[in-house]
Amino acid sequence: MANTKEVRKQIASIKSTQKITSAMEMVAASKMKKTQDTMLEGRPYSLKIKDVISHVALANSEYPHPFYEERKSKKACFIVVSSDKGLCGGLNINLFKQVISKSAELNEQGIDSCFALIGTKASAFFKSVGGEVIAVAEKLGDKPNPDDLIGLTKVVLDMHKNSGIDQAYLCSNGFVNTMTQQPNVEQLIPLAPEEQSESNPSQWDYIYEPEAKELLDGLLTRYIESLVYQAVIENNACEQAAKMIAMKNATDNAGDLIKELELLYNNVRQAAITQELSEIVGGASAV
Amino acid sequence: MSTIKINIVSSSEEIYSGEATMVFATGTLGELGIAPGHTPLLTGLAPGPVRVQNGNEEEAFFCSGGFLEVQPDLVTVLSDTAERAESLDESEAIKAKEIAEKELSNKDTSIDYAKASAQLAEAVARLKTIQKLRKKQ
Repeated sequence: MANTKEVRKQIASIKSTQKITSAMEMVAASKMKKTQDTMLEGRPYSLKIKDVISHVALANSEYPHPFYEERKSKKACFIVVSSDKGLCGGLNINLFKQVISKSAELNEQGIDSCFALIGTKASAFFKSVGGEVIAVAEKLGDKPNPDDLIGLTKVVLDMHKNSGIDQAYLCSNGFVNTMTQQPNVEQLIPLAPEEQSESNPSQWDYIYEPEAKELLDGLLTRYIESLVYQAVIENNACEQAAKMIAMKNATDNAGDLIKELELLYNNVRQAAITQELSEIVGGASAV
Repeated sequence: MSTIKINIVSSSEEIYSGEATMVFATGTLGELGIAPGHTPLLTGLAPGPVRVQNGNEEEAFFCSGGFLEVQPDLVTVLSDTAERAESLDESEAIKAKEIAEKELSNKDTSIDYAKASAQLAEAVARLKTIQKLRKKQ
């Protein structure tokens, strides 16, 4: 039978853990608000650039951009967006599972994979799993600067330009609501052509100032960058939401454990008292 | 009077969305005036003001580069950073210009020359926007 001192110690240690998790829950809740705001602020730009890109796709352009071109694929690159810190439930691991299964699927078609990783968790995971890593961006913080991602995006796009890769996928968590985050693997390159263009072939084209090639290169690069940036800030919001839920569950679990241990503590204490009493009574009657 | 829809967005926020009878912007190849029904156009933006005219009202924004797309009924400005011209602070702009000039003048240090000259161009454009606005008032 456990003695009362041991049980008391255990209760104290769980209580201090509970204090930490509940503090982390509150921190995550306040950060979640901020990261959600950042996510919403970034949305108009990504929506508008998406509109422009879909117009460009419809135009009968004098310069067909390589991002639209379907090449015979030999290698694909996965841009994986993860969090820098853990303690956020299954958020990262669910995403990695999807990435691995997609990569295995491509492998069956004879397409190799390489990875460009954002976030400490992704780089740690792919270091242990193995796989060719071409670029890493870590420790971007709660308010990532778009400039910090340009380098990584450039590595991927340059590889595409040099035919090092033929496809690119963007893997990140989509924010549905506070309770739900949806891991997504989305094809970046080749850009999926708009369906309308087939039924209604367009005759018009833009006036380009200065050159079509230069402009479209710049615009499409910016588009890919904006998608990656949007994925990162959305993933941040997901991380904080998932962390809040995970910490809330941990706090609740700690509460349950404490209740059980307190019951055990009272039982043990009562048993000790009863035993002592019966010893005294037994001793007295023996005298 | 016919109008054209205009949206100005930067990577961190939506700056302006509304109707206009005329839009003026600084393209990489020079000043542009866009009236409703303009032919489709795609151009880069140089640092400078974007002015939105609606009847007699006019609003100005500072834009430090980006892209401009024109459809016959829609203008989209994808700005790297844009701010309302009223919020431009002249002293801040002058300070930025001085810093950029200083960085340009000591070339032998490790400072990136291209970056410094881009900063200078931006600071000068910012000042121009402010001065243009001043003149009108």
